[in-house]
Amino acid sequence: MGEVLFGALLVVAGLSLFVQGLEMGLFPIGEAMAHALARKGSVFWLLCFAFALGFSTTVAEPALIAVASEAAEIAGKGGLIDQSKDSLNQYAFGLRMSVAFSVGLAILIGVMRIIRGWPIHYLIIGGYVVVMLMTIIAPKEIIGIAYDAGGVTTSTITVPLVAALGVGLASSIRGRSPLVDGFGLIAFASLLPMIFVMGYGLIIFG
Amino acid sequence: MEFIHDFSKILLATCRDVLPIIILISGFQLLVLRQPIPHLRRVIVGGVYVIIGLALFLAGLEKALFPLGKIMATQLSDPAFIYGTGKIVAVADWKAYGWVYLFAAMIGFATTIAEPSLIAVAYKASEVSARTVSQWGLRITVALGVAFGISLGTFRIVTGTPLYLYILVGYMIVIVQTIFAPKNIIPLAYDSGGVTTSTVTVPLVAALGLGLSATVPGRNPALDGFGLIAFASLFPIITVMGYAQLMHLFTKRKTKIKEKSNAL
Repeated sequence: MGEVLFGALLVVAGLSLFVQGLEMGLFPIGEAMAHALARKGSVFWLLCFAFALGFSTTVAEPALIAVASEAAEIAGKGGLIDQSKDSLNQYAFGLRMSVAFSVGLAILIGVMRIIRGWPIHYLIIGGYVVVMLMTIIAPKEIIGIAYDAGGVTTSTITVPLVAALGVGLASSIRGRSPLVDGFGLIAFASLLPMIFVMGYGLIIFG
Repeated sequence: MEFIHDFSKILLATCRDVLPIIILISGFQLLVLRQPIPHLRRVIVGGVYVIIGLALFLAGLEKALFPLGKIMATQLSDPAFIYGTGKIVAVADWKAYGWVYLFAAMIGFATTIAEPSLIAVAYKASEVSARTVSQWGLRITVALGVAFGISLGTFRIVTGTPLYLYILVGYMIVIVQTIFAPKNIIPLAYDSGGVTTSTVTVPLVAALGLGLSATVPGRNPALDGFGLIAFASLFPIITVMGYAQLMHLFTKRKTKIKEKSNAL
């Protein structure tokens, strides 16, 4: 019981320190980067930053590494891929790369949306339709993992930074509202990995 | 002593997670933007707070809550507990799993309330909307969505119905709600689906899903164990839009009544 209480105390202390740090560090830096990049006026560098932010934070994400190796084990046991260690590692690596690439692309599309002011619901609903169509043709073994991949990609440090980037960008471009245009980046980052993982399954399993 | 060892290990892992972000930001500052970061000292102190705070948080979870949650997840899904000892059941009876659904809902609610990414997004949303979106209102609404989602997800594992049917229906509801919901809440609602599942929720929920699919007769962990996280990231979208719709209707009615009383 003492252990549990001590743990709960640590959780509360950790959370309050985290929130304090958000206000001081993560939010200001995210917004400052967004303002500076918007003022520079170069869409190319802005999109580069967006892609790199999504890709680099996802590729090393521990939750993703864990899920990918678990998925490889299951695929190996199911006889979908070769049981050897090399092929398992290769499969897990391919899975991680396709998720990381898709998150990078998702943040890039999201930033593009903020710049152009595209309405979000058409993009998201279009994405849902693609997910459903892919589900019909994708191999059954990959579907559960693909659906879960959407959720595990966005880590605790990426989310505040991405939120600050979106809000900062929307508030420095004229005609954009921070509430309507600033949010939505994370939604793309949890939708695209589903599509890409199912695509990966299609290519690997045929 | 053992705790200090564990804690420094977690601290190191958190630093490693932050490393790509530090490299990316400093690279862009030095090579592309070529200008100093405003309030650099404050930002660095804030960054250190974030890292230490997260490490403390994770250490606390591992010390107390994860073991407890995992033990409960395996005990509750144990066939001996559900059907009584000695009975061997070939086909799962979904009505016997009431405690599992309740536990799933509670774990979904509790972990979402404590989720750091959700706290960050709720904070930003309340700041940007000039306090019309309340932090606690958003967090509780999202947590209710996750609770319902995970509970339904365990029901799916017990009954063995296909995952895509639930997701398809969920998407339909989201699309219909998108048409009617107030326009300024839609991006936030979509986002709240993605932020619910990270540090806290994923390990506990994954343990519940894999444990349940391993013990329920006729289920295969490879096919049925995954998918709970998908539920947890779909249902908050529905509850957040639903909450916004309700609030919208409520205020509309209030102003109507006011107009009426003014007219008299």
